Order: sequence, then C-alpha cells, then structure tokens
Amino acid sequence: MAITDRDMGAGLRPSLAPDGWLAALARRAEAVVIPLGALLAGLAVFGLFLLTQGKSPAEFYSLVYKAGFGTWFSWQNTLSRAAPLLLAALCVALPARLGLVVIGGEGAIVTGGLAAGALAGALAGLPGGVGLPLLALAGGLAGAVWIGAVGALRHYRGVNETIASLLMAYIAIALMNHLVEGPLRDPASLNKPSTAPLAEQLRIGDMPGMDVHWGFAVGVLACIAAWVLIDRTTWGFAARIAGGNVRAAQVQGLPVGRLIVGFTALGGACAGLAGMIEVAAVHGSANASLAGGFGYTGILVAFLARHNPLAIIPVAILLAGFEASSGLVQRRMDLPDATVLVLQGFVFVAILVSETLYGRFRVFAPERWRAA
Amino acid sequence: MEGDLGLWAIPLAILGGAIRVSTPFLFVSLGEVLTERSGRINLGLEGTLVFGAMSGYAVAYLTGSAWAGVLAAAAAGSVFGLVHGVLCSLPRVNDIAIGIALMLLGMGLAFYFGKPFIQPVAPDLPAIPLGWWAESPQVQAALRVNVLFLVGIVAAVAVWWMFRATRVGLLIRVVGDSTDAARAMGLRPAVIRTLATAAGGAFAGVGGAYLSLFYPGSWNEGISSGQGLMAVALVIFARWNPIACFWAAILFGGAGALGPALQSVGVTEGYYLFYAAPYVLTLGVLIATSSPTRAMTGAPAELSITK
Amino acid sequence: MNHSPLSRRAVLKGGAALAGAAALAPLPQRAAASGNLTVGFIYVGPKDDFGYNQAHAEGAAAVKAMEGVTVVEEENVAETIDVQKSMESMINFDGTTLLFPTSFGYFDPHILEVAPKYPELRFQHCGGLWQEGVHPGNVGSYFGYIGMGQYLNGITAGHATQTGKIGFVAAKPIPQVLLNINSYLLGARAVDPSITCQVIFTGEWSLAVKEAEATNALADAGCDVVTCHVDGPKVVMETAASRGMFLNGYHADQSALGADKYLTGAEWNWAQVYTDMVRATMAGEPIPNFVRGGLAENFVKMSPLGPAVSDAARNQFEATRAEILKGGFAVIEGPLKDNRGNVIAAEGQAFEESDVALESMDYLVEGVVGSTS
Repeated sequence: MAITDRDMGAGLRPSLAPDGWLAALARRAEAVVIPLGALLAGLAVFGLFLLTQGKSPAEFYSLVYKAGFGTWFSWQNTLSRAAPLLLAALCVALPARLGLVVIGGEGAIVTGGLAAGALAGALAGLPGGVGLPLLALAGGLAGAVWIGAVGALRHYRGVNETIASLLMAYIAIALMNHLVEGPLRDPASLNKPSTAPLAEQLRIGDMPGMDVHWGFAVGVLACIAAWVLIDRTTWGFAARIAGGNVRAAQVQGLPVGRLIVGFTALGGACAGLAGMIEVAAVHGSANASLAGGFGYTGILVAFLARHNPLAIIPVAILLAGFEASSGLVQRRMDLPDATVLVLQGFVFVAILVSETLYGRFRVFAPERWRAA
Repeated sequence: MEGDLGLWAIPLAILGGAIRVSTPFLFVSLGEVLTERSGRINLGLEGTLVFGAMSGYAVAYLTGSAWAGVLAAAAAGSVFGLVHGVLCSLPRVNDIAIGIALMLLGMGLAFYFGKPFIQPVAPDLPAIPLGWWAESPQVQAALRVNVLFLVGIVAAVAVWWMFRATRVGLLIRVVGDSTDAARAMGLRPAVIRTLATAAGGAFAGVGGAYLSLFYPGSWNEGISSGQGLMAVALVIFARWNPIACFWAAILFGGAGALGPALQSVGVTEGYYLFYAAPYVLTLGVLIATSSPTRAMTGAPAELSITK
Repeated sequence: MNHSPLSRRAVLKGGAALAGAAALAPLPQRAAASGNLTVGFIYVGPKDDFGYNQAHAEGAAAVKAMEGVTVVEEENVAETIDVQKSMESMINFDGTTLLFPTSFGYFDPHILEVAPKYPELRFQHCGGLWQEGVHPGNVGSYFGYIGMGQYLNGITAGHATQTGKIGFVAAKPIPQVLLNINSYLLGARAVDPSITCQVIFTGEWSLAVKEAEATNALADAGCDVVTCHVDGPKVVMETAASRGMFLNGYHADQSALGADKYLTGAEWNWAQVYTDMVRATMAGEPIPNFVRGGLAENFVKMSPLGPAVSDAARNQFEATRAEILKGGFAVIEGPLKDNRGNVIAAEGQAFEESDVALESMDYLVEGVVGSTS
C-alpha cells in the first residue's frame, strides 16, 4: 500500500481538527483502503504465479476484466452468478454475529429448494402473485428449520454448531436425493430424476432489460435488511453483546437462547430462499443440481465481508466476476479451469491477512494525528 | 455357492470398509488434534488433503516410489500448515477464515498442477495380508491392511502419549489452554502454535497420499468427497483425544461401508439413506454426549470455536 | 441484446488491451461468412477422466484436426446457470456458432433457455431428448445405442466368470443405466442362463471412494467380472483389477488400467459423429434434429478383445456382433420377466435398439440382484 501515515498525516496535522469532515472520512476510509490494497496485493502475487507458469499476467487480467466486468453480457453473467451467493453468505454472516460458525448453508439451500419443488404440484393452480410468496415462504421456512435446529442444538444441548451444520448438510443432500429419486420423482423426468416442474406462473423471471433473474434483487434487499437488523435494531445490538460474551449477556437478562435460535433460523431462511430461487428461476424443478456448492462459496463471501451484510454485496459480485471469467481464461490462454480457484485462493489469503493492518496507519485515526 | 457368506458379509464388509476408508480420517484428525490442542483451528485441511493426494501421486509416479510420494505429501502438507501458522500469528488474523481460504488455495493448486497426473498410473503403497490364515477370499481381502493404517494407529498412540507424558506435549497443552500462562512461563505461543499447525498439515498430507496411492488409489479431482472437512469435525466428536480419533475414524469408515454392503446382500431400497449413515450416526452420538451446562471436556481453552 | 453495438464496442475496447488478435472475436455472422467455423465443447467433468467426458473430448480432438475449424472447450462446468453462461460466453467472445454441451443434464432447462436467444446458432446435445414441435428448431439431439455394447461386454463376461456372478457399479437407476445393466446380464445369459448380475448404485456420477467400496462389495459378494456406468470408470477398473476380477470397460478404452484382466469395453465413437456433423455444417447442409446410431452406424465401438478372452468367447462375440450389424437385433426379447416377476416382454415380443419404449425403462430383468429405487 502506497499511503502511510508519514505521507499524509504529517501534512494534515497542523490545519485540521480530528472531528472535522476529513477526520470522519479518514475513519471510514480505513475499511475501504485496506481491503482494496489487499486485493491488489493478492492480484499481484497471483500475477507472479502466472509468470512462473510462462503466462502473461496482463493478458490474464484483461481477460478477467473483459469476461467479468468488461461488457454488458459480462455484467449479466457476473450478477447471475452472484445472486445465490448473497443469500448463502447471509446464512454464515447472521449467526456469526453471535459468534457462531455455521458452515452447512448448503444443507439449507437444498432443503429450501426441495420444499419448493415438493410444493410445485399443490400450488400449481394458484396465480403467481399468491403462489410465489407461498413458495418463497416454504423454501425459507425449510431452511430456517434446518439451520435453526443447529442453533437449538447448540443452545439447548451444547452441540457444536460448526460440526452439526456440516453433518446436517450431508444429511440434507442424502434426503434430497432419496426423495427426488423416490417418492417425489416426476415419472416424466427419465434420465435426470427431478420433482414435477413448476407451473409457468410460479417461475421467477428476469429483471426488466437484463438477463439476470430477480433473485439478485432479492439477495441485495436481504443484505440491506440484514444490515438494518444488525446495525439499527435492539435485536441486532443484543446479538452483538451475546456474541461478544454469552455470560455477560445472560447476566444482563438478554434472551440468549432465543437470539441464537432466531439468528440461525434467519440465516437458514436466507439460504432456504436461495434454494427456492434456484428452483423457481433456474432449474424449474428440484433435482441433484441443487447441491451446486453455493453454500460453501457463501462461507468465503461472508468471511471476506467480515460478516458485514452490506460488504457481502461487493464481495459476492467480485467473486462471481472471477468465476464468470473462468471459461474465457481456459479457452484463450490454455490454462486449466482450476486457475480461477488459485486466483481466488491468493486474493482471499491476502484480504484476510490484511486484517492485521487495521489500526496500524495513523492516517485513518484522526485522534492520533496530533500525537508524535 | 462357494465363498458365499450370507449375512456375515455385512459385518465383514463393515470391518473391511472401516480399515480401508478410515485411514485418511485418522491422519487428518490426528493432525488437527495437534493443531487444536495448541489453541488454533485449521479448517483448511481438506485443501491440504487434496494437495497431498496430488503431490503424493505425482512424486510417486515421477520417482517410481510410493513412499517417496508419501514423504512429498507430508512435506507439502507441512508447508500449508506452516503458512497457516505464520499467517495466523499476525495479530487479528482469524484462523477459521484463513483455513477456509487455504482450503480453496490448496484445492486450486492441486487441480492446477494435477492435470498431467490424472491419466498416468503411479505405483501403489504396499498392503500387508493379515488375513493369510483365512480360507475365505473375502476375509483375506478385508484384512489386506495398508502399512499407513498401522502407522496411523502407532501415531495415534504416540500422540496420546506425547500429550500425556512428554515436555513437547505439555508445552502444546499449556499454549492451548492459556496464552497468558504460556507467556508467563516464558514460552512463545505463536511459534509453538505455528509448529503444531505445520505438523498437523504433514499428517493431513499423508492422509491425502493414502487416498491417491492406496485407496481408491488414483488421482482425480473428485478423489476427496469432503474427508478433510469431516475429519476436522471428527476431532470435536473425539474430544481432542488421539485415541478417540482412531475410534471415530473407524466408526465413520465402517458406517460408510454399510451402504454398498447392504446392497450386495440384497437390501437395495433407500440406499441414499444408508449412505447418510455415518453423518446421522455422528450427529446422534454428538447430541447424546453433549451437554448444555458443562463445557466440552478436553477442549483447549484458547480454541476459538469452543470459547 | 448481446449483439447490440454497446456490447460490440465493449468487446473491441477490451480486446485492444490484449496481446494478439485472438481477442478480436468476430461476431457469429461474420464467422459464418468467412468460412471459418468455431465449435464449442462443454464438459461436466474433467476431460481426461477415462470415461464419459474423455470420450467426448476425444471427439473434440478429432474436430480440432479438421481444416478451417477452431475448437473451444471448457471442462468442469456444472449443470446450473454456469453452463448457460458458458455457452453464451463462447458465443459472445469466441464467435462460436456450433455448440456441443455434452452432459445429459445440460438440456432441460439450460439449453432450452439459451437456444431461443440465438436462433441462427446451432446447439447439439448428447442424449436424445429433442422432440419435434416441443423444442426449438436450432437444437438437436444425438445419442448412441451403447446398450448393445454392454450386451457384447456381457458375452465376454459370461465366458470369463467362474462363480456365475457378475457385477455392475451404477450411478443412478435411470433408464439409460438400467438398459446397460439389463443388456450386460442378458449378454452373459446368452452364454449361460444361470448367471446373475449384482448391481450396486453409488448415487452419484462421480464419487471415487464410494465407487471403490461398491467394487469391493461386489468382489466380496463373489462377483468375478465387473463393469460400470459412472462418469469416470478409472477407480472401478483399478479396484476390480486389484481384487483379481475381470473387467469390462465403459465410455472409453480402459485397457491400460486392467492389463490382461481387461476383456473388452463398450466405447463411444464421438470422433466419427462430431466430424460428420462439423463437415455437414461447413458444407451448409442441415444436421437432422434427431440423430441416433449404434454399432452399425459407428456411434459406438468395442475395445479390442483382451488376452483373457477365450476362443469360444471370441467366436460368440464376433458372431453376435455380425448379427447386430445386420440390423433388427433385439436384446429385450420375450419371454422375459423383470426381477419382481412382472412380464416385460411376452413370447414373440421384441424391442429393437431404436424402440422408444426402451427410453423409459424402469425395471431390472430377472437375474439382476438389485432394485430400481
């Protein structure tokens, strides 16, 4: 990173009081400058990796830009891929407010999608305006029960939520496969066992003027709502206290159990909704493709966003953009499909390591501008 | 019919499956015990396992020696562990998050460099025919025990003894239970944790080599179906006890053999549910043995996920 | 929308930054006019999996060798929005006009979603799902009758087995897989009607450890010849060879994995199919929307017979193959019951390989140990 406290802090010191607008800007800038710098550092390290492979980093990054963000098609590609990641990341970020590490969002996506697929027949006669909300409710509820159960096990039985959610994810996938190939199978789905297809009016379409389904908008709204919940409500405040110290929260009379079950269920509802949207917007029925790994990518998104729901939006888009470029990179540079995984690995390590830089630069801390 | 064992085939298959399938779980969970006892969690061992599988296979193919492959996998694993350890020694860097990122990086690098090794056939690790006394080919097959399985048992006992009776074990435990106490004793927690994580990574790498060099015995991108992640979970299940890790791995491996074995004796309905048996069983035991009031016995106090 | 000036300008702008002219992808219309054809292949797994994807990639390699053709490929593309965007990326950035998305699950909804947006391009899908009047006219289906190959596999297995039990590692109980299992057993029963076939479903198309466990379970159950229907047969073949079983390959040639235990294998011959289709496209001739073929049409071929195949087996194998090549041969032929005792073909009733009734197969024939759900 080019900016250090010596470069800027020295010049600012005499003229500005720490409580001016510049100070406010400086305080906020830290959370943007550090991750951006880390992103560039990660990209640079990966560029060195490419050089050792005899490939041109300049060509690589221009391809990534082009295929991820460079054209209107690229943006549509990127946003379509980001849609499920937004909701999947909330399944990690919301429980994280209470200090819980939930890594089984994939299970909630699968159960949510399965619930939507299973109800397709029963809701087929309803108009879309009624049927779709019911479908979304079913998907969200299924996910909420799945991850809420993990929270309940944690609070009432002391079962570790990380391992329980992972186990529950494997169980959800097995259940889904069993039901989709057995009791819920549409006999017409011959070589790809699926539930009965959703009626036309229950399908989720594209947003106007673009080839991106409404799931993206739902995801963005959910992130904003989650931010409001955490940052602007007493529930969010209580959750943060409980996340910091359970005993202190209990002493203060906070309903820790309800908070834990509530936040895990809410996270699960988001992932369940993601599953429902996959069914209603992409697949048209529930089948094995539901276990597409979005739940696991969501973990990454949430951790990169430091569990901040608003930060999830740009992080998910960045990640989706990398993934959108994978094909073009394969085709043009004769690189394996795993190249983008390696790129993501380097970038994420760099961004996570940059956590250590917070508070180290005086430029971001106006109260220290006068000191020294 | 000759060689037909009837229903005895099921316990035999579970035994054989337990021996065959459990080794990667055993190695990864032993490695994770080392790391977690020092107060850190490395969630990235899945990536280390996969990279170990690839590098082990590649080196075995290139040198013609399966054991050279195992060594290479251990070395590669310890490098991943070292990176995790060093990065997490920086203030405020989250060990869980770094683990997830390294899982991605490990898998990415393994797939990237592994492409040329999908097709070639590398030498396998040798197996010891412990079933030589039996007439039945099924029993012989079930007791064809890989050397690494035996090494894993020895390692489990050794790690257990190390924690119980050696200075190194004590140092790791002190660091894992209280950073402040360790500092007061003049120890350097970050260094000890980093070394423990590197050693843990080496174990996970060997677990990967078992996958690619013995069972199933080939390198491809689908070689691991989450064994590394599951093994980390089994550590909590095993309450950070190396001997319990062995039993957890055996239980998990044996339960995994249930599905195919039941189908082979004609129980064919609902096989997905049988395949989920290891997960259901683990969850069930976990629920039964956990308690909301007392802290998890054996849990290192400095471990972030159990705090 | 993707052909709008905006998108084109953006493509050119991005391209200027790149080394080489490859970035200046011509739009589809241009490509057709210049006589140079860009063909895209998309695989669901790695293209060197010794199996389903490798078979397709070998076909793509044959196309690559043709004059005036550029081939672009992508592997490990999931049956989600991934494949939709991969197709569009090949169209928008590479000027691909003929696409081969090869996985069965790519068809509905993914190809059906993308194809109507690009009516002037051609989408060829492997699987035989296209229906006149139901699906877009610029989509085509092709598939091979590989069940006949499994029948021939079964003949070699029937001669090789000592225990009278042969094994089958299968992914999922879907019609194509069930037809293969049934054909394999019926081939073996053409040698010895008392032979049985044990099937184990792994539940996934690609799951290494489970495939190895299934193979071991078959060996433990006394099976001494094995074949499979999973995406990558490598693990099954290597595990079976280590248990001393004879092997019948599937999808691609796996003789390198089994040495002298490899009897023969049922392989796809996509090189033939793909080069034919590309040649027709370049000549401006239409490709039929629905193409299927078997051994006679060179859609499917057999691996060379291995050293363990006896003379008697070789003779019956060759005679049956000649019979199949003549046409009119039926594997599912009455009287035949399924393994629950229901009659599936009455005396005198026969289902030839091209019979559509076979495409909704939901039974395992008598002699197969296993169940469809």
